[in-house]
Amino acid sequence: MTRPVTEDDVLTTTAATAPGMARLLLGNRVAVAAGLVVIGFVAVGLLAPALAPHAPNLQHPEAIRQPPFWYSAGSPQHLLGTDSLGRDLLSRMIYGARISLLLGVAVVLITLVVGTALGMAAGYFRGWFDAVMSRLVDTLLAFPFLIFALAIMAATGPNLVALVAALAFKGWVDFYRVARGDVLAAREADYVTAARGLGATTSHILFREIFPNIVPPLIVLATLRMATIIIAEASLSFLGIGVPPSIPAWGTMVADGRADIAGAWWIATFPGLAILLLVLCVNLFGEGLRDVLDPRMRT
Amino acid sequence: MDHPLLDVQDLHTHFSTYRGTLPAVAGVSLSVRPGETLALVGESGCGKSVTALSIMRLIRPPGRIARGRVLFDGDDLLAKPRREMQDIRGGRIAMVFQDPLSTLNPTFTIQNQIAETLRVHRVAKGTQARQRAVELLEAMGIPAPRERLRSYPHELSGGMRQRVMIAIAVSCRPDLLIADEPTTALDVTLQAQIMDLLARIKQERGLAVILITHDLGLVSQFADRAAVMYAGQIVEQAAVSDLIAEPLHPYTQGLLRCVPRLGRPDLPITPIEGSVADLLALPPGCRFAPRCPEVMHRCREAIPPMYETPTGRLVRCHLCDHAPEIASAEKTV
Amino acid sequence: MQGRFVAHRLLQLLPVLIGVSFIVFLTMHLTPGDPIEHMLGQAGRITQQQIDDLRAHYGLDRPFLLQYGLFLRNAAVGDFGSSYSHQGRAVSQIIAERSPATLELTLFAFAIAILFAVPAGVLASLRPQGRLDRSATVAALLGISMPGFWLGIMLMILFGLRLHWLPISGRIDLAVVPQYITGLYTLDSLLTANWPGFWSALRHLLLPALAMAAPMAAMVMRMVRSSMIGVLGQDYIQFARAKGLPEISVVGKHALRNALIPTVNIVALQTGLLLSGNMIIETVFQYPGLGKLAVDAIGAADYPLVQAVVLIYAVSYVLLNLGADLIHAALDPRVRLA
Repeated sequence: MTRPVTEDDVLTTTAATAPGMARLLLGNRVAVAAGLVVIGFVAVGLLAPALAPHAPNLQHPEAIRQPPFWYSAGSPQHLLGTDSLGRDLLSRMIYGARISLLLGVAVVLITLVVGTALGMAAGYFRGWFDAVMSRLVDTLLAFPFLIFALAIMAATGPNLVALVAALAFKGWVDFYRVARGDVLAAREADYVTAARGLGATTSHILFREIFPNIVPPLIVLATLRMATIIIAEASLSFLGIGVPPSIPAWGTMVADGRADIAGAWWIATFPGLAILLLVLCVNLFGEGLRDVLDPRMRT
Repeated sequence: MDHPLLDVQDLHTHFSTYRGTLPAVAGVSLSVRPGETLALVGESGCGKSVTALSIMRLIRPPGRIARGRVLFDGDDLLAKPRREMQDIRGGRIAMVFQDPLSTLNPTFTIQNQIAETLRVHRVAKGTQARQRAVELLEAMGIPAPRERLRSYPHELSGGMRQRVMIAIAVSCRPDLLIADEPTTALDVTLQAQIMDLLARIKQERGLAVILITHDLGLVSQFADRAAVMYAGQIVEQAAVSDLIAEPLHPYTQGLLRCVPRLGRPDLPITPIEGSVADLLALPPGCRFAPRCPEVMHRCREAIPPMYETPTGRLVRCHLCDHAPEIASAEKTV
Repeated sequence: MQGRFVAHRLLQLLPVLIGVSFIVFLTMHLTPGDPIEHMLGQAGRITQQQIDDLRAHYGLDRPFLLQYGLFLRNAAVGDFGSSYSHQGRAVSQIIAERSPATLELTLFAFAIAILFAVPAGVLASLRPQGRLDRSATVAALLGISMPGFWLGIMLMILFGLRLHWLPISGRIDLAVVPQYITGLYTLDSLLTANWPGFWSALRHLLLPALAMAAPMAAMVMRMVRSSMIGVLGQDYIQFARAKGLPEISVVGKHALRNALIPTVNIVALQTGLLLSGNMIIETVFQYPGLGKLAVDAIGAADYPLVQAVVLIYAVSYVLLNLGADLIHAALDPRVRLA
């Protein structure tokens, strides 16, 4: 029976080249818009000192719990209002972008590298290493990440390094599994057998042959994980065990605003919106990336 | 009955694709009389399955039936409301597919899948349905039918699965059975068994059959008439014996030359030149022209009409232009 | 065969439990922060002798591995020691008291998520890229992009403070607490025909359950949608239609059953996230369940309590996965041979 030509066919042929992929990605307007928003957040974070109308930790005792500018009690001095200590919400939110993005990128990079390295080793060499890792991974999976993070942070107190460790603790497992799975499949593939037949060394096979092929799903995963990490960090900050209180962070701001939800609702609402927007756009961009780089992962 | 059981008139089925509209079926007309077996022959991609699905109105977006009429027992199926069509499917026209492993739902028992058909067509339900299922399986030559009922499709062998599918198809006593490559997925010995089974039940129940296949051997054994399809169109239609003895269309001739004949080792096997037509890039004239050893100038200009010989054979080829034309591929009864 | 499979999986539970408890034990003991100090808090002037005595009383002066060994031995018989932050009450008792609350909340959240997400996913899959599909996809993306604690607070603001429809903390109106049968307030109220109790419990459950359900529903909906799309393209669906089955039967019976198989697997894998979310939501809503218990206990360095709660979570994870496997086997006869 005639099988109609589908989008998948066009995608798999065009997406075989990097310029082809870029073009496909750019064709997805939603993903592009989302990507631009994410870049916007990065820009805001980088330019925070220039963009923020006030210093983020500066208290304005004359303007405590001031509502956003569209209220009659509000003012253009504090566009989104102030919190219970009189700190300008907009400025704090702008600075908050920095820590969220920074932590997000740091944690994702660490988990990516660690997880991929371990996964490739386990997938390629198998043996006792793979078996031990399996047990470890199973055990780790049984934890809700929060328990761990709570334990570490409760013990060390507010500490950025510990926070990164807490966030990274479970995160590498995803990369591990993808890398291991793909390497397991790849090592049986013809091109690997051919390379071995030509006398290639193990490290050559691993890095020059297999690795480039497993990069695309890892990139997609990294992007999607970034979203999860941002939320996780915000959750920890919300509980008071995330970012040190001297650094403005969105999660902490929501916690600060919690006591005031009956009256000064904006204190808790806007930082949360910032989280939502950033994470949403990271997710949208990641999905667009996945459609281009790894259509079989498509949900 | 003096009108055919099934009369397909100028059927056009199109698929909208990324790269344009694909005319999978372009003007197919055929008919089947009660109890008759028509073979629909062609290579893969020629549109025979799409034709069958169109008859059953199983074409879904991005495909759609663009034009034509499908008269079943006098009524146009394409004009029927959905509910009536559901009754007809399985009830009066049944279909058997190529790969029984993928066509039976892996998560339900055989009993469930047979009884379901009986129930939906109000033939039987409950324990009565179970009993009928047992009888059906027995009739299909499946040993230990009661145990088989509780099995799942993956627990049965390929041949048994096909028998089950046939059992489901004939369970509600249809008038017409469409068999889409029923034996292609089976090995040769099983093929023979299944075809024997089909021949038997065809006889017993007076079924009309449309047999879709690319296997000319099956055609000669099993069918009364045959329609040869190429690139979405019927290029020749005739009684099987006539077709095989004296093929008129160059494509049919080519097909027959491809088949090795038992007892005739001297006959060369000649492949047909070229490759199957790309439906998204069709030539303006006869679709077979690029591969035709006897192509003439006028063949490339426009699609040849269907000519009808005095003996009632139909050929879409200018080589037979001494015969009168049937008005642009539309056959009127 | 079924029994053997279950027993085998439960046995696999053991090394996981040991691993989990060891890691938590290790972490809690390695981190600075003295439970004794937490306990004594503002008790006034305490002599070093009293501190040492207390420490010896709790066995905290013994070597680490010995402590761990004792813990395991006691745990095997269900004795998880006394809580540091709950006036020395038995940990097992505290946990028994608070578990029903979390169980009820989680069940409720699950129910909401499934009841909403499965039909939505099915309907979205019927017309891919159609209006319903696109809205559902957007909603799902929002669901997984929203921080749970923020959603909880927004729900509080909207339904609790602005509209005054629902309460924003606690589990039930103390005046109408039902008689204890299962510990699940809704169930107990129903069983004793305590309508005000039932209503109150329901109202208190709604907001936290919604907040917990949102990310779950989002994930389930996407999974159902994508597996349905895959399944609807299968040959047996075409055959079902060719048999003359009405479309509802084709989609609801034949397609859905097959589509649920990968869905169940994914949900099981996300159990960890579910449990984390539970802890956060319970904290936000001051809901007296295990989640809040855990957060408070860690803050107070209450080792025995933390150990026990973590073990409960680990057991829940394994049991949920086991349940998912069993459901998978029930749905898909092809895996039963294993």
